[in-house]
Amino acid sequence: MAEKDLEKIFQDKVDAEIKIEPKDWMPDDYRKTLVRQISQHAHSEIVGMLPEANWITRAPSLKRKVALLAKIQDEAGHGLYLYSATETLGVERDDTIEDLHAGKAKYSSIFNYPTLTWADIGAVGWLVDGAAIMNQVPLCRCSFGPYSRAMVRVCKEESFHQRQGFSIMLAMANGTAEQKRMAQDAIDRWWWPSLMMFGPNDADSAHSAQSMKWKIKRFSNDELRQRFLDMTVAQCHLLGCEVPDPDLKFNEETGHWEMGPIDWDEFWNVVKGRGKCNRQRLRDRKGAYDEGEWVREAAMAYADKKQLRKKASQAA
Amino acid sequence: MSKKKNWPLWEVFIRSKAGLSHRHAGSLHAADAEMALEMARDVYTRRNEGVSIWVMESNNIMASDPEDKESLFEPASDKIYRHPTFYDLPDEVKHM
Ligand SMILES: [Fe+2]
Ligand SMILES: [Fe+2]
Repeated sequence: MAEKDLEKIFQDKVDAEIKIEPKDWMPDDYRKTLVRQISQHAHSEIVGMLPEANWITRAPSLKRKVALLAKIQDEAGHGLYLYSATETLGVERDDTIEDLHAGKAKYSSIFNYPTLTWADIGAVGWLVDGAAIMNQVPLCRCSFGPYSRAMVRVCKEESFHQRQGFSIMLAMANGTAEQKRMAQDAIDRWWWPSLMMFGPNDADSAHSAQSMKWKIKRFSNDELRQRFLDMTVAQCHLLGCEVPDPDLKFNEETGHWEMGPIDWDEFWNVVKGRGKCNRQRLRDRKGAYDEGEWVREAAMAYADKKQLRKKASQAA
Repeated sequence: MSKKKNWPLWEVFIRSKAGLSHRHAGSLHAADAEMALEMARDVYTRRNEGVSIWVMESNNIMASDPEDKESLFEPASDKIYRHPTFYDLPDEVKHM
């Protein structure tokens, strides 16, 4: 069949909301876009464990510690579901990880900010996981079957993450004056980076139109950002904290909150590697991978040996 | 393509409760079947999602080709006599 006809069949399926599965014909660029997006999503889940792991041993109570451990374990699982989804597209997992380590693949810039106090763990769960959920829920309906199925699992697990974060914020915001100050300080530092998680404004978003047509993306960056803003401002007020945006105002006519301009210079600086923790995050990821190499090799050698022994005993 | 020898890929199937069949849950890398089973437990059943797990090396699965969809599945669509609604019976016949 001619490429043109295959493309038409493909787009008709997408338009009819029929999922595309790995062995189905798909345009090269669709495959490339998915490999890039899903592997970067996977890297984000894995790198995202680092700023939180920073606080496991210093959690203020056993209850908070087991919750944080469970959350971080979930994130490892999310990374795994997503790496598996990229593998259905014929990509080796180690190759995508090498791309990350070589600086060729990105992960979400939000994880290049440091977690300075325990309140940051609250703010990360509430704001960062909150923004991630806002992005991920529409991805459950993504046209590519394995990605959409992975997202369904991820979204089921995420809601606990945001709630445990908000519960930390509540405790801090209703605590001592010092705890309140820490809660506000964490919001001041995480508010804007969380809003940046939705990506550039629609007018400057390079890949959006094509991704919408392919139904990888369902809503524009600004639409999702607006939804997040409307939900989160109310939650921030519930904490009795201030939103660090002097231009923030409620539009009575539209019923929506309106925010001041985002500092895109900061965003692009962090994307390009000049954030506070870019180098540390990559070094830690690469270190963990390299130091684990002998373990992976030993496990494989042991498995091979067991297999040989089994064969020998069957032959005897 | 990576030159390292990776752990092979395994497909994971989970029975969510007694009485239901095992269903594909996802995949993972593991050195051997025992390890695949242990990891499947950690990755896919952290919230009581299952009572039984099967793992199978992905290499061992033979899958049909989407290109053969018509020749494989189309012949079934015109065999309407395989469905109960094909048979017109008098109203007096109850419970059939
Ligand atoms: Fe996650
Ligand atoms: Fe999460």
